[in-house]
Amino acid sequence: MKKLKDIVRELNLKVLSGVSNLDREASSGCCCDLLSWVMANGKKDSVWITVQTHINIVAVASLLEIAAIIIPSGMPVDEKTISKAETEGVVILSSQYDAFQLSGMLYNMGLRKDA
Amino acid sequence: MKEPGSKDNTYTVDKSGSSALITQSFNVKAEDFAAAGEVSGKIKNLLKQLGVDPALVRRVAIASYEAELNLVIHSWGGQLIFQVDPEKIRIITEDKGPGIPDIELAMKEGYSTASDLARELGFGAGMGLPNIQRCADKLDIRSEVGQGTILEIEFNLAHK
Repeated sequence: MKKLKDIVRELNLKVLSGVSNLDREASSGCCCDLLSWVMANGKKDSVWITVQTHINIVAVASLLEIAAIIIPSGMPVDEKTISKAETEGVVILSSQYDAFQLSGMLYNMGLRKDA
Repeated sequence: MKEPGSKDNTYTVDKSGSSALITQSFNVKAEDFAAAGEVSGKIKNLLKQLGVDPALVRRVAIASYEAELNLVIHSWGGQLIFQVDPEKIRIITEDKGPGIPDIELAMKEGYSTASDLARELGFGAGMGLPNIQRCADKLDIRSEVGQGTILEIEFNLAHK
C-alpha cells in the first residue's frame, strides 16, 4: 500500500482533481485504454493509467473505487472530465512519463498486489 | 417481450409477494455518453446509505453501469429500474431498440455490435453482458428484434 500523496511526490505528478483525497492508499495498478476491460477487471484501490481522457473515465473510476487515474505523456485532459472528477471526488493525476515508464515505476514502488 | 405501454407491472411487484421496499425508475437516453454512469452512481450511493455489504454494492454498481451503458450504446432509449426488498436487489432495464437476435451470441465475450463512437471511447468490446452475468446472482434477458430488450438482474441479500 502506498499513499497517493507519496506517489505524487516521488513521481512528480500533477494533481488535476481530487486534491483532498490524496491520503488514500493504492495497492495495485492497471494500464489499459479499453474501458470495457477495466469495468470487468479493474481493482478497488488501484491506480489506473490510461490515455483515454473523456468524461466516462470518471464514472468507471468512481464505480470501481479506483484510487486514482493517471494520464501519461502529458496528454491534455478535457475540462469536463476534470470538473466531473472534482464533483465525484475522483483523483486524476498527470505525468510527463509515458504509460510504460509509469507502470514500471509504480510497480517498483510496491504497487504489485495481484488481487 | 411485453407490448410497449402494456399495463403489466411485473417490474414493480416482488414475485415472492412481499412488496419492494424501494423502487426507483430512471430514464436513460440513447447515445448520451456524457451522462452514462449517473444512474448507477445514485444507486451505489443509496445502497451504501442502506448499509449493504460493500462487496455487494460493488457488484451491483458494476452490473448497473454495464446495463446503463448498454441502454446508451445499443437502445433507442429506455428505463433502468432499481428495486430493493428484504431478500433481493434488482436492476431491470427495459428499452425500445433493435433487440438482440441471438442472445447466446451476445453473451459471448468479445462479440459486440457497438457503434464506432462507442468503440472510440473504449466501450463496445463485447464484455458488458458477460460482466453483468459474473456480478449477478441471476440474469434474465428477453428480447424481441425491432422492439426492444428487457434485462432482469438479481442479487441476493445475505442474511445473518
